[in-house]
Amino acid sequence: MSFEIPDVMPALPEIFILSMACIILVVDLFLSKTSRGASYMLSQATLIIAVLITVATFSEASVLSFSDTFVRDGIADVLKIAVYIATFMVFLYAKDYLKDRGLFKGEFYTLGLFAVLGMMILISAHNFLTIYLGLELLSLSLYAMVALHRDSIQASEAAMKYFVLGAIASGMLLYGMSMIYGITGSLDLAVISANAANVSDNIVLIFGIVFLLIGVAFKLGAVPFHMWVPDVYQGAPTAVTIFIGSAPKLAAFAMLMRLLMDGLGSVSAQWQDILILLVLLSLAVGNIVAIAQVNIKRMLAYSTISHIGFLMLGVVAGTEEGVSASMFYAITYTLMSLGGFAMIILLSRKGFEAEKLADFKGLNQRSPWYAFLMLILMFSMAGVPPFLGFWAKLSVLSAVISVDLVWLAVASVIFSIIGAFYYLRVIKIMYFDKAESSEPIHCSKDMSLLISVNAFAVLLIGLFPGGLLSLCLNVVSAS
Amino acid sequence: MFDWLSSFFTTFLPEPLVAVIIIVIKIVIIMLPLMLCVAYLTLAERKIIGAMQVRMGPTRVGWRGSLQPIADAMKLMFKEIVIPAGANKFLFIIAPILSIAPALAAWAVIPFDPEKVLADVDAALLYILAITSIGVYGVIIAGWASNSKYALLGAMRSAAQIVSYEIAMGFALVGVLLAAGSMNFGDIVEAQAGMGFLSWFWLPLLPLFIIYFISGVAETNRAPFDVAEGESEIVAGFHVEYSGMTFAVFFLAEYANMILIAALAALMFMGGWLSPFEGINFNLLGIAFNLELWFAWVPGMIWFFLKIAFFLFFFLWLRATFPRYRYDQIMRLGWKVFIPVTIVWILVVGIFVLAGLPPWWN
Amino acid sequence: MNPEINIAQYITYVFAAFSLASALMVITAKNPVQAALALVLTFFLSAGIWLTLEAEFLAITLVLVYVGAVMVLFLFVVMMLDINMAQLRAGFIRYLPIGLLVAVLLAVLLIMVVGPAHFGLEQFAAPTRHAADYSNVRELGRVMYTVYVYPFEIASVILLVAIIAAIALTLRRRPDTKRQDPTQQIAVKRADRMRVVDMKAEAKK
Repeated sequence: MSFEIPDVMPALPEIFILSMACIILVVDLFLSKTSRGASYMLSQATLIIAVLITVATFSEASVLSFSDTFVRDGIADVLKIAVYIATFMVFLYAKDYLKDRGLFKGEFYTLGLFAVLGMMILISAHNFLTIYLGLELLSLSLYAMVALHRDSIQASEAAMKYFVLGAIASGMLLYGMSMIYGITGSLDLAVISANAANVSDNIVLIFGIVFLLIGVAFKLGAVPFHMWVPDVYQGAPTAVTIFIGSAPKLAAFAMLMRLLMDGLGSVSAQWQDILILLVLLSLAVGNIVAIAQVNIKRMLAYSTISHIGFLMLGVVAGTEEGVSASMFYAITYTLMSLGGFAMIILLSRKGFEAEKLADFKGLNQRSPWYAFLMLILMFSMAGVPPFLGFWAKLSVLSAVISVDLVWLAVASVIFSIIGAFYYLRVIKIMYFDKAESSEPIHCSKDMSLLISVNAFAVLLIGLFPGGLLSLCLNVVSAS
Repeated sequence: MFDWLSSFFTTFLPEPLVAVIIIVIKIVIIMLPLMLCVAYLTLAERKIIGAMQVRMGPTRVGWRGSLQPIADAMKLMFKEIVIPAGANKFLFIIAPILSIAPALAAWAVIPFDPEKVLADVDAALLYILAITSIGVYGVIIAGWASNSKYALLGAMRSAAQIVSYEIAMGFALVGVLLAAGSMNFGDIVEAQAGMGFLSWFWLPLLPLFIIYFISGVAETNRAPFDVAEGESEIVAGFHVEYSGMTFAVFFLAEYANMILIAALAALMFMGGWLSPFEGINFNLLGIAFNLELWFAWVPGMIWFFLKIAFFLFFFLWLRATFPRYRYDQIMRLGWKVFIPVTIVWILVVGIFVLAGLPPWWN
Repeated sequence: MNPEINIAQYITYVFAAFSLASALMVITAKNPVQAALALVLTFFLSAGIWLTLEAEFLAITLVLVYVGAVMVLFLFVVMMLDINMAQLRAGFIRYLPIGLLVAVLLAVLLIMVVGPAHFGLEQFAAPTRHAADYSNVRELGRVMYTVYVYPFEIASVILLVAIIAAIALTLRRRPDTKRQDPTQQIAVKRADRMRVVDMKAEAKK
């Protein structure tokens, strides 16, 4: 029996995260309740080292390994680094929140790291099997994290909804994959791409693509498969919401790109129209329904839906420029969403969840600094220049215009102007309404520091977006 | 013999039908003695436990009670089958059948010596695992269909217990599979040949062997793991509502399963039909003890049956010796002791195999 | 045509027909336990179909894992639950039209797509039968640990996460259960439990 041992070096970050997650799992068993901080420190150290490993072995060339089920290219590396950093920030933001609510358990960190592993696998997938398995690993960890707050009925309900709809979505995705496998005869994305071109009009292929897209849209939370998003965002503990709302979006972008560009790029005519429909609906529903929300977590959930619409817009264009714009958008959105949810965590305290819009009333009087940070984040999300969100939207729109879909770009702009209303309303509430509570805002030094860095990153990268933009373009065109 | 039979049948029957008839005849040849063994196992049980407890056991029917099983069988056959009010009739009747069918079906892949096996299947080990795992449905359905609290409690206990021990059992079998490099029983036995009882797998796989046998006791719901019956707490557990022949079938299933587990243990850990003196000859005080030659006349099947009898004796011995486990203790033993031990030992076996540890692997 | 293949085909059809019937029973059974048992039967029959397709390992594993373990636990839970079927059926008529519509649409789609037009013998020739000494298990094992080792490892990680999740979600103290804490019981002081009150003696009247 001849057996070639695959090259494991490209998968070094994955292997490292997996080993560390297992080690933390075991170490956590032997920790007393008071020394639980060690699990937290270990997890953070793991993420930092993972960043270092990935940076040290960074290369733009794409490398296949494990019988072509695994790919490592520049896109994967950049996205992975973004995932580590986002998760690092999530863990830091979540720490005090978890402590206050008796959720400061090792499982949060191990599940979180396994979710990171799932994202990495998804980002580096080059085969239907690995895409599906990575997605399941990510989702399973997230379901459990949402349900982690067992005494909260809301969290259990959210977890249940998330789980059931997620399972249906997985079913759809698998069904679509099996159809495409049936007609192209391969699970390997490159082979699928080559074979699909020969049967581009085959009804089985189209059927498979439709189911695949439904599954992906479910997972992304694109309209009309978005029902779970607001409920889950609202029901989950905010420490988990911030996680769901940030890093997985990077993985979701990667999945979309791998499936549609790497796998089905040769038959883009078959999925482009469906994707356009999803984009338009997501932008419309996300931006309009968000206006009616009084719960800020729900509002941000709808904002996520609309941002997902923008994210898909770049993929609709289908060009290198479009994909890199989408990638830029995903990273940007992750950064903004982290900041936004962090503000909710900041205002919450033991026994009180700052979930209502009204809780932000007169924030300026209570703490001008935090109000200013929130202002930056909201402006950026609304897409006001020169903040980061503006550049993200601009690059996506220019990619769409360059493939002669001007009407789509115009529609997107209109919806995002409608959407700007509810972001600006938050700012209005903070600065012009009277505070309802005069409770001082307490938070630990590290969190306060990180949230400031986060908001200023949004501002600074907004002022000098060229570096990140060209990095995205470089890695996309190199692979 | 079968060649002669088939050529005889082909003279007046189409070929596929003949194949079926031959198989049926083979099945009967296996089943009839098995049923007889089951009957006399009950007698043996009563006699042996009697002796251990300084009693006589049955003595009245036949010479020293030797016809007791026949009398019992007659009695059970003529008893009325009572179906409780509110019971689900169909399931109530089908439950005992479901419990005995797998116990008998498993014998299809058990070889009695290198040639004598009904179905020489490649994945025999898996087949055994799969088939025996179905047996629990008899117990569960019986418990549920009886519409009785005690029966349901028994079914619940049994379900949880069997699922837990199946894992340990499965891992133990993985160890055997690893050691033999095959899932076919013939190959597994052949892999143990060489140095008599020293080259059988019981030695390198000792923990797995012990765990397999104990799990087997648990799987058959025998004492000390008979919480599903638990006659002192839940009267008779899942078969409390059964009478007459339906009860007898449960009884048969339990004993057939015991024999099956004993046979499997003999095949996988005790060299099946191999002679324990194979390749053993040594000089002691100037006399050449060529045990291999001395016992060469014993047919393999006899060794196999002796080994089965040895394990069956263990079953009875355990019952006479140990008090019943408490339910949570059973669970703890299964999950927290057996499963970790088996997993570790599978690793150890893997290392053994890689290192080519003689005399088992070289 | 080879008569042997013919018989195998008929066996497949018998298995398929029975598994359809039992699958129908799963959703029409009055009682959840009966539904679960019908599901067991369905699994068993599907295993039969796989056997006729020369997927022995998968067939046996299906029986071993689904019939032997998963469904046993499933039954265990179903038997413990007190499910009010009448309540579950209440919405049946109301949702029937839309359910039927979706079912019919899906059925039409399926017939259009997976019918013989695209996956018939003309498009895909029947695979040749393997020789008698072909070992399904060995071949599966070979690709599993070589070509598909990466997905295989990920699948194992998923199972690990499932275990962690199950334990993390179930191993907890409910806030509403009352337990005795022996250390507290032992540490109790007289003053915690009783109060000595000074009282004047009262004369009996």
